[in-house]
Amino acid sequence: MEHYISLFFRSVFVENMALAFFLGMCSFIAISKKIETAIGLGVAVVVVQAITVPANNLLYRYLLKDGALAWAGLPDVDMSFLGLLSYIGVIAAIVQILEMTLDKYVPSLYNALGVFLPLITVNCVILAGSLFMVERDYTFAESGVYGVGSGISWALAITALAGIREKLKYSDVPGGLQGLGITFITIGLMALGFMSFSGVQI
Amino acid sequence: MAKLTAREVLLNPVFQNNPIGLQILGICSALAVTSNLKTAMVMALGLTLVTAFSNLSISAIRNQIPSSIRMIVQMVIIASLVIVVDQMLKAFAFSVSKQLSVFVGLIITNCIVMGRAEAFAMANPPKLSFYDGIGNGLGYSAMLLTLGVIRELFGAGKLLGFSILPTVNEGGWYVPNGLLLLPPSAFFLIGLIIWGLRSWKVEQKEAPTFRITAHARAESY
Repeated sequence: MEHYISLFFRSVFVENMALAFFLGMCSFIAISKKIETAIGLGVAVVVVQAITVPANNLLYRYLLKDGALAWAGLPDVDMSFLGLLSYIGVIAAIVQILEMTLDKYVPSLYNALGVFLPLITVNCVILAGSLFMVERDYTFAESGVYGVGSGISWALAITALAGIREKLKYSDVPGGLQGLGITFITIGLMALGFMSFSGVQI
Repeated sequence: MAKLTAREVLLNPVFQNNPIGLQILGICSALAVTSNLKTAMVMALGLTLVTAFSNLSISAIRNQIPSSIRMIVQMVIIASLVIVVDQMLKAFAFSVSKQLSVFVGLIITNCIVMGRAEAFAMANPPKLSFYDGIGNGLGYSAMLLTLGVIRELFGAGKLLGFSILPTVNEGGWYVPNGLLLLPPSAFFLIGLIIWGLRSWKVEQKEAPTFRITAHARAESY
């Protein structure tokens, strides 16, 4: 149990997807002008991440890994080069299914997340979560914890940035730095702050 | 849309319409791989090739793709090209491929590739789309190489692993600025580069969302 808790904290704070690995920057910057939309996108990322990372973990362990096809009588077939293609396919399919299921059964949640779901397919965080999971060879349970943790880390970062940007619009920024420039510098400062977590040992 | 010449398509994205500086596309990898020049170069090359060829092939079949599944078709083409790049890197430059780790795979979700496929290749003939892919790749590369040079030269006193500014540790005079090797410095550098670019090309400035009234401050812009 302790192992999972420490994995969770590490993926939320130390290995923050947005501020330590700079993933999902496009939507991180584009959707962080308002706190409400930032939270909406954040929640959507957590949900999708929590489903796709374990799903890709199963796919990797039972279909793609070197020797994983032993159950089908093909013990020395290595399909891992097809990884990228299959992960992105799984992600696109799951996002689509999620969208349709939510639309049918939980319309209120669908209305809240609806706009953000299609955006998520091309959000690097989701694919990166799966790729990191493969690279670090997580088990199924670990990949579940990692999926939730890395999703929350991104949601936390985008919400914090949106809060800062809402205040920032009242300040007198030099012309050329207006908008994109000052946002980058803000994110840099936030990343410096988050680096202090890297010393924390749990 | 006005008729575009190959030259415009090739050169505009470098300064006028830089994918990173103005369109805010493909920033993720720009930050993570630029702490030394070598990985930045490999990444820039990989992305340029993928963008160019994905634009070429998507544009070649653009009239056959049903619009309802165009995303999936684009994704499959891009993913296949990225797999080729990834396998090539693993075969011929294994150490670099280890350093880049997941970022080669992330070219798939790099917004530049998707963005250009969607915005340009779906509406233009193959040859022009190919040039557009190379042009945007060059814009991205220009930004990546600038960052890579600054970060490696001033952060470690080296370029491509060769000592340029001899550091104090090796008996030279240059005290390396360790901050530049840390990830956050990439944000500061991109912020400053954007500032520079926008002071030069004034039309790229963004209008402030909230104006401070005249009596609240001493002077206007």
